[in-house]
Amino acid sequence: MSILKVENLSKSFGGIHANQDISFEVQPGEILGVIGPNGAGKSTLFDLITGFTKPDKGSVIFQDQNIFGLRPDKISNLGVGRTFQKLKPFADQTLLENVMIGAFSKENNQKVARDKALEIIEFVQLLEKRHHYAKELSTGQRKRLELARALATDPKLLLMDEVTGGVDQKTIPGLVELVKKLRDRGVTVITIEHNINIIMDISNHVLALDQGKKIAFGQPKEIQNNQKVIDAYLGTVDAA
Amino acid sequence: MQAVISGLLMGLIYALIASGLSLIFGLMEIVNFAHGEHLMLAMFSSFWLWALLGLDPIVSIPITILILAVCGIATHYFLIRYVLKAKMLVQICATFGLAIFIRSFAQFLWTPDFRNVADPMLSGRIEFAGIFIGQPQFTAAIVCLFAFIGLYWFVTKTETGLALQATSQDRQAAEVLGVPSNKMFALGWGLGLGCVAIAGSMMSSYFYIFPDVGINFSLFAFVAVALGGFGSILGCLYAGIIIGLVESLGGLLIDPSFKLLYVFAIYLLVVVFKPQGMFGRY
Repeated sequence: MSILKVENLSKSFGGIHANQDISFEVQPGEILGVIGPNGAGKSTLFDLITGFTKPDKGSVIFQDQNIFGLRPDKISNLGVGRTFQKLKPFADQTLLENVMIGAFSKENNQKVARDKALEIIEFVQLLEKRHHYAKELSTGQRKRLELARALATDPKLLLMDEVTGGVDQKTIPGLVELVKKLRDRGVTVITIEHNINIIMDISNHVLALDQGKKIAFGQPKEIQNNQKVIDAYLGTVDAA
Repeated sequence: MQAVISGLLMGLIYALIASGLSLIFGLMEIVNFAHGEHLMLAMFSSFWLWALLGLDPIVSIPITILILAVCGIATHYFLIRYVLKAKMLVQICATFGLAIFIRSFAQFLWTPDFRNVADPMLSGRIEFAGIFIGQPQFTAAIVCLFAFIGLYWFVTKTETGLALQATSQDRQAAEVLGVPSNKMFALGWGLGLGCVAIAGSMMSSYFYIFPDVGINFSLFAFVAVALGGFGSILGCLYAGIIIGLVESLGGLLIDPSFKLLYVFAIYLLVVVFKPQGMFGRY
């Protein structure tokens, strides 16, 4: 039984098909990697699933419930979390407050929410920074903050947009470890990722997009040798 | 000294009015040009509750808060919601138009006459060490200060307050955490006009009430918000007090007939030298 089932999801902006008839399924407990060159429609796909952009047609079934076209906060409450490619910390609030705002979505008691937030901050290994303002944190730390905040809403499915993007090489392994630990916590993960080595390392399945269309779906090994995928990447200049 | 005290008292009222404006702006980046008119409505609400039901403005504060909060929420649902994604000019026209509408409608309903609450519960003045303080002015300032502290506590310490701050900093990030932004916006309008309701109620004890009464106050509120920093509530407190002091001390030391000039001079200085204000994030 799949946790997320996307069928024929489509969205066009003007004449451009940002997403065209995308269908795939995600199994509970797995990590699905989403790859594709710039402009392939990866972030749009996330926007459609999480309700930030209204899809034109198709269906999105999350745990037997159709979430197609619902508002973002409703979808979040059902258990779909998300992090953004362009980080969005609440800059003027502390790390702890940031995570508490997430915790409040399921818990109304201040103390309980606080303890839960602290537990999650410890999980992402930022405990000593808990009273720092978000604007004082490094990019890598902000990535962890976003993860922690999303995690605080108790998501069953977490969509992560380029978790290792924009940070230096040293920081990447720690973040990748964190994603694996997330899966071990029982969270199903869909992650957009440009680094093919990471994809090969962590994902159970890979969805490849190009120009708004699904070009391949399968085990990482199959995807790596898929001619369409190779063409899509070699065909563009800045595919990395 | 007399001037310092009266400037301080007035400043606290400006601070509360300005925090309502700042709250709404910080939350959705919409400037409520009808803020003064909402203040006028609050004063008229106090007046009519006194004239028709015999309730003193002090007693009727909760009712006026309720009326204005409902008015604010309605403003969000019937007007602001539709211009949230529009261009800034459209948003300006929307609230500016609302201001003109409310003011004209008030003139239509209640005529441009000056009215006042006769025999309010708070009257007379108290003398302390040779300084005379009007009782209504004093009480108004204290009530506004407490309202301000309450607002600040709510926004920084409660769950809903944190959600409100989150929405104001990044709407999408808040939504992804399950915070319904539309409700937060409505709440912001309710709170913002609630502040105005308290200030208006308190002032109706000792100010003339007429449809144009809000104009000067809203201009002062804009100066306070610019000085304090757009979106900063704490900034409003300091800025409100500064403006109150400049107004009364300028009047004392230079010439009272130019006191508006001093206040707007601050505004010009802020715009030229520190456009983000004291605590602003823009």
